[in-house]
Amino acid sequence: MVQAPERSVTAQLTDDTRLDDGGMPQKSLVEAIHDTLLEEMRADDRIVTLGEDVGRRGGVFRVTAGFLEEFGEDRVLDTPLAESGIIGTAIGMALNGLRPVAEIQFLDFIHPAMDQIMNEAARIRYRSNNDFSCPMVIRAPFGGGVHGALYHSQSIEAVFVHTPGLKVVAPATPADAKGLLRAAIRDEDPVLFLEHKKMYRLIKGPVPEGDHDVPLGQARIAQDGTDATIVTYGMMVHEAQKAAAEVAQETGASIEVIDLRSLKPLDEWTIVESVKKTAKALVVTEANGLCSVASEVAALIGEAAFAYLDAPVMRVTAPDVPATPYSPPLEQAFMVDAEKIGAALRRLIAY
Amino acid sequence: MATTQRAGKKQRQTEQDGLTAVAEALGFDEETLRGLYRKMVLIRLFEDAAQRTFRQGKIGGYLHVYSGQEAVATGFLAAFQEGDRAITAYRDHAHALLLGSDPKAVMAELFGRGTGLVKGKGGSMHLFDVANGLWGGYGIVGGHIPLGVGMAYAERYWGSDAVVQLYLGDGAIHNAAYHEAANLAGLWGRDGLNPTLFILENNQYGMGTSVERATAMTDLAAKFDSYAIEHEKVDGMDLVAVLACAQRVTERVRETGKPYAVEALTYRLVAHGAGDFFEKYRTKEEVRTWRERDPIGLFEQKLLAAGVADEQGLGAIRDEAKQIVDEAVRFADESPEPPLEELHTDVYADAE
Ligand SMILES: Cc1ncc(C[n+]2csc(CCOP(=O)(O)OP(=O)(O)O)c2C)c(N)n1
Ligand SMILES: [Mg+2]
Repeated sequence: MVQAPERSVTAQLTDDTRLDDGGMPQKSLVEAIHDTLLEEMRADDRIVTLGEDVGRRGGVFRVTAGFLEEFGEDRVLDTPLAESGIIGTAIGMALNGLRPVAEIQFLDFIHPAMDQIMNEAARIRYRSNNDFSCPMVIRAPFGGGVHGALYHSQSIEAVFVHTPGLKVVAPATPADAKGLLRAAIRDEDPVLFLEHKKMYRLIKGPVPEGDHDVPLGQARIAQDGTDATIVTYGMMVHEAQKAAAEVAQETGASIEVIDLRSLKPLDEWTIVESVKKTAKALVVTEANGLCSVASEVAALIGEAAFAYLDAPVMRVTAPDVPATPYSPPLEQAFMVDAEKIGAALRRLIAY
Repeated sequence: MATTQRAGKKQRQTEQDGLTAVAEALGFDEETLRGLYRKMVLIRLFEDAAQRTFRQGKIGGYLHVYSGQEAVATGFLAAFQEGDRAITAYRDHAHALLLGSDPKAVMAELFGRGTGLVKGKGGSMHLFDVANGLWGGYGIVGGHIPLGVGMAYAERYWGSDAVVQLYLGDGAIHNAAYHEAANLAGLWGRDGLNPTLFILENNQYGMGTSVERATAMTDLAAKFDSYAIEHEKVDGMDLVAVLACAQRVTERVRETGKPYAVEALTYRLVAHGAGDFFEKYRTKEEVRTWRERDPIGLFEQKLLAAGVADEQGLGAIRDEAKQIVDEAVRFADESPEPPLEELHTDVYADAE
């Protein structure tokens, strides 16, 4: 038998990703993002925020409510409906000493700005002899399950993960939203910061006060387990934990759930170590499966942990259809949820 | 040149003379005028019902109604001929109803039912009814503008004299898609190859951002100058003015194959979206002032003054429209959900 070549993985970042949450204030995801951006803007006058209705209206999801009043029109810029202009000018600001945090109202509307993001922001460092960088954050609500239909539901993160030069994060908890947003703003490269719109008010949790940082590229072990690993991110972390609890009760299996938090850079070490321990992996994404983050994670496991596997790597993803349909039952059929994850998990455990 | 300008002026004078003169010039009989009233009332009641059922949870997601802007689409689509095409953004219920979509199928689409215009797959913002000339409502603002210009090119390519009515908002005009498409329309139109009628519905706001806060060049019609597209403005609250303008400019586009733009000054009398309570960007006073020029009220007064209808007659029309809307809601409510297989249909030509 031919020996498979060793696949190196990223280095371990730190052992413990758990939060000691005693006595911390509870916040919703939207509150955590609001408060963090507010604190960051108070502390650093290089930060400006721009986007459609971020000022007077405070953002359609109220993330920047009160910002215009506090920081004025020079730092909180209501823009016309012009995504390419929003991102392109933000890049220019980043090239000239500012730290823009641009809001794209829904990730679905980012496409007109794709050229600026992929062709310009992502390449500035590479094409400038490392003389220039593009320290900017693009915040965008993503994800489905809110009856948003074709253009208010998309999860197109894979496109950005596929673009070298960009970083992509998707917090699943309010605490991580804080830690990752701080890290994203401090990062010297462009970061896409994805906020699941269904989680904005649904998900509440403890948020540490003060300097709470989460490094980009470090996953979180949402729960420990020994019999199978679920790797996922965003809202699917919560669905996966629901499914894991049900299956654990039914079968007694102990399920590990890894919340990626960063999609690029990817914490390969944590994924691979977990799978070496559990020998079974289920990768879950809310996006459609073809060439998705789930494909990448499955490939990583195949390359770096094949010899440890007791079962084929499985995936649960949205179907390859052009859009999230509007009709609630069709939308439900489209969406990945605890039930679909649970069904796959049972098959994986039984394998 | 001078004579056509004078003729244009004379025509516009007639438009100001009021209902009777305009109706006569357009060859509209009294029944047609009452029919237009019926259409506007139907739209308003349909939108009221949509907002009501949205609040009851029967419609989900995002819903944007046309209340206050009825005279614009009603006036322009009165000039629509068989073979013409219409394309618009997401505030699209009125356009579908005016083009002849069955109100039941439109409401069912809003409810996401299998009997809806697109089987419940699209919902409020994404109506499509090709048989009636509606080439879509589009949720990505600005995204549809190049599509309209391309369709117009194809009409002339095939030698037809059809016109594409392309509706866009005051917010959409700041998007790159508009500028690229308008330039092409102007360019192709120079050779008579672009019968696009741009209908810019300036309702003063794109969500919470007023025109003045979105652009330093607030004369929006003038933005068409950059692309050598001739343009004018019309009072979008006054159906009679819109009707006259629409007939004249549609014929002009049909004859010349050149694009033309009309900025209809209008107002959204309701919140941006049905789930939207944030109205701080405009004052109650401002809304009240515009409400006094509610397009339905204005037209009602004109019908009464001209003796085309009496109070009783208008009441009967409203009752009739209400019945149609009630029936549409009942139909939508009782309609089945689409079968789950629909998730996977309509993806490619060769696969189901
Ligand atoms: C590309 C894109 N950017 C942003 C949005 C969000 N959005 C929806 S409606 C709207 C305002 C549009 O204003 P306008 O064109 O004036 O249309 P109106 O709502 O007044 O009918 C915005 C910003 C979107 N749907 N698509
Ligand atoms: Mg508008």
